Amino acid sequence: MKNSKLLEIKNLHVSFTTYAGIVRAVRGVDLYLEEGETLAIVGESGCGKTVTVKSIMGLLPEEQAVISGEGAQINFHEHNLLAFDEDRMSAIRGMHISMIFQDPMTSLNPTMKIGDQIAESLIVHKGASGRLARQEALKMLRLVNIPNAEERIDQYPFQFSGGMRQRAMIAIALACDPEILIADEPTTALDVTIQAQIMELIKSLQRERNTGVILVTHDLGLVASMADRINVMYAGQIVERGTTDEIFYDPKHPYTFALLRSVPKLSDHKQEALYSLVGTPPDLIKPPVGCPFAPRCRFAMRICRDRPAEATHFGPSHSSYCWLHHPKANTSDVPETLLKEVV
Amino acid sequence: MDTARTDMVVADEMFQRVGIDEELSEHLDKPSLTYWADVWRRFRKDKLALFGLVLMVAIIATVFLGPLFSGKDYKYMDSSVKNLRPNAQYWFGTDDMGRDIFTRVCYGGRISILIGFLCTIVMFVIGSLMGALAGLKGGWVDNLIMRFAEFVGNLPYLIIVVILTMTMGRSIFAIVLAMSLTSWVGTCRMVRGQILQLKELDYIEAASALGANTTRIILRHLLPNTMGIIMVQVTMSIPGFIFGEAFLSYVGLGIRPPGTSWGALASAGQARLMFHPHILFFPCIMIVLTTFAFHLVGDGLSDALDPKLRE
Amino acid sequence: MQTVEVLIEVNNLKKYFRVGRNAFVKAVDDVSFNICKGETLGLVGESGCGKTTCGKTILGLYSTTDGEVIFDGVNIHALRPNEKTEFTKRAQIIFQDPYSSLNPRMTVGDIIGEGMDIHHLYKGKEREEKVFELLNTVGLNKEHVNRFPHEFSGGQRQRIGIARALAIEPDFIVCDEPISALDVSIQAQIVNLLMELQRSKDLTYLFIAHNLSMIKYISDRVGVMYLGNLVELTTSAELYDNPLHPYTRALLSAIPIPDPQEERRKQRITLHGEIPSSINPPPGCRFASRCQFAKEICTRAMPPLVEVDKEHFVACHLARQF
Repeated sequence: MKNSKLLEIKNLHVSFTTYAGIVRAVRGVDLYLEEGETLAIVGESGCGKTVTVKSIMGLLPEEQAVISGEGAQINFHEHNLLAFDEDRMSAIRGMHISMIFQDPMTSLNPTMKIGDQIAESLIVHKGASGRLARQEALKMLRLVNIPNAEERIDQYPFQFSGGMRQRAMIAIALACDPEILIADEPTTALDVTIQAQIMELIKSLQRERNTGVILVTHDLGLVASMADRINVMYAGQIVERGTTDEIFYDPKHPYTFALLRSVPKLSDHKQEALYSLVGTPPDLIKPPVGCPFAPRCRFAMRICRDRPAEATHFGPSHSSYCWLHHPKANTSDVPETLLKEVV
Repeated sequence: MDTARTDMVVADEMFQRVGIDEELSEHLDKPSLTYWADVWRRFRKDKLALFGLVLMVAIIATVFLGPLFSGKDYKYMDSSVKNLRPNAQYWFGTDDMGRDIFTRVCYGGRISILIGFLCTIVMFVIGSLMGALAGLKGGWVDNLIMRFAEFVGNLPYLIIVVILTMTMGRSIFAIVLAMSLTSWVGTCRMVRGQILQLKELDYIEAASALGANTTRIILRHLLPNTMGIIMVQVTMSIPGFIFGEAFLSYVGLGIRPPGTSWGALASAGQARLMFHPHILFFPCIMIVLTTFAFHLVGDGLSDALDPKLRE
Repeated sequence: MQTVEVLIEVNNLKKYFRVGRNAFVKAVDDVSFNICKGETLGLVGESGCGKTTCGKTILGLYSTTDGEVIFDGVNIHALRPNEKTEFTKRAQIIFQDPYSSLNPRMTVGDIIGEGMDIHHLYKGKEREEKVFELLNTVGLNKEHVNRFPHEFSGGQRQRIGIARALAIEPDFIVCDEPISALDVSIQAQIVNLLMELQRSKDLTYLFIAHNLSMIKYISDRVGVMYLGNLVELTTSAELYDNPLHPYTRALLSAIPIPDPQEERRKQRITLHGEIPSSINPPPGCRFASRCQFAKEICTRAMPPLVEVDKEHFVACHLARQF
């Protein structure tokens, strides 16, 4: 397992300076990604998932964002990306690590032909000649199933539909055959039938090229169909991690539990209310001292508001940060599934 | 199980169930800031704009309070003190009829600034109502208003001013009317553009779904949300009107003596330029400083209102 | 579904938007359905299918190109201005985007109170109490009354929008994608709130969404729209158990289900081809270009919406043949 770790983040803290104070967006995140796997980072808006992946890419606004944390590291092939300057980072970006964004319209250059945008990274990173790059771009467009690629290569983004733009984005991201693809809410802006096409595409390309994928999303359905492992984030911290099956069938953190139960299943009928979470995530200007989820957790104990919980391990891949798994915890009214296997 | 924790001693009562903290979960932490408080917070950071604001306040204060301190009358002629250079008694000197220039600059400034404000208010009221109506109603209303605006915008401004001042006399009212009659066209276009953007927003639709009529939608929803941009235009156009009035007075179409304005003072001073430049210098410097101050404020305001610059 | 009293009757509704000299976007093209008192009718479809336009036309926010909307026996597009104001008291809307749907320059209290002011329902102290009561109904508290929208989170803002719609005590609310801009944990809050309000205030909903699992959960009946047409309309259970239109089937199979094992088992129907433009669409079934079963007739004639089973309407030439 050690050798195949493509990327490893250790104790990452990111804060932003705003007028109202310092927002502690990411507060001690550890995660890793292996070759060819899909890691999903699941969480709600503002939980720090996008900030985490943007810090991998070195895309945080320099004047506001501060990356800190004792021994904070983002290791990629024995290099700590946090120590890289802008020049070295831009050699990594697009070449070794690529990213696709939620909104393909704003991340494509509207005044540049699609083909040139794909070819650009090949020319920059691989020193390919113009002709070669164009051929390669054509190949990429075909790969992402764009019909009439020969014609489309000379069109501009506005001539593409939303789904095609996202596919063009994927073509750009994968042009240099990167080892890691970061997909930040890649299909939120798209319709379900188009979303299904895009996700199938990413999956098949990943299989072909053994790319490691980090999928950032709040859509649990998407995660269920795509991910191998899941990290659940809440208020800047990871609260639970495990394989997809462990998270979906055996959640150990009350937040994960609530998140899964709050989505209606297709087999559900309109009878009883959905399991819902009250309130809103905490303001990260003044993050809670204890467990960040404690104010909204119906199983919260006094200690939860007082002290952050430590990890409890349920297996080689499954761990959760929750006081309920402490031997002394009051478990009287806690659902069985949150507790079992705990001694 | 986690080994680190087994040695940890935690009191039993720490594991009491407390459940959901209703108080905390709906709590708003950020201080409440109204729109203008937020604009002020950003405006304050811009030192140059702040300097402009201080200068603006200082000029207005001088113009209105100055004569109290100089203790002189702007009309009083003293033939023994003609064309004096600035000195301890006459701070800005005296003119060719022995009047105190400082007091005259203050009185003239009142008129100039008053005209600037009045013209801006008229321009802004007519322009924004017309623009809002055109933008909101669209169709033939829009067409009618915009064609009319084009017509007015193309009228020869000087001829209108001459005709108006000739028929109505050279009063403040005539000057304000003459200058604001054509100036609202720009405001109208700008407000219309803003409204066209705003009216696509859901809250406008929500208001009409609630049964709000056009007047209510314009006054309660559309105009307050264009106020920021209007404010910038207002601060930027006041010096324009001051200049405009100065120009009219300079060519003899402005304020009639014994009343005066900066433009009229400059016009009178111009004749004495060779031997007594201070008579021209002081009204001119006031015009320049005022224009400068308003523009600094306007620039700062437009930066402070720019949503892209909001953190 | 005990009550069969019809509240809203939509007959052959058409709404075209002119986009050029002879080009029209046929956003809603000949759509008919009923909404019964106390029920929730779901309207589902992908972006650009006309579901939002349909909802807004029913409220009279857009004029019709053709067809009529009968609300409690009255054609709402033929009302005089003062009657129209009366109608707005009975039908309200909740928007998708909790950011653009609240006037940033008004306090929460004024936003919620606006409807009362327009219809002169309450004044002074009474108005204030009513606003507090509404804030309480949607789970916010009194202290929020003087705050501005930008200080709230998305879910809180959506609840302010709900309170605004409730303020004038309507019978009917169009919920235009009220949850799709919200986080998962907040979606359930809003859906629960809407369902609870429906029970306590006897409301009728037209619930517009693209999230099929949520719409199935909240609706009694569901209509599926595709490019301006209603292609299938039936009870929500029937729609999921027995979808008849190929588009409904594809849509159902495309929704990712939050169940990994189910996802691995599932054979997904992937649609090929892009959605055709709704500007002067071709004759025939609008779905034909992406339909794997399309026959010659499908490109020639537009299939009518017919009742193939009790309460199960579908617009497909080949329904039941595949």
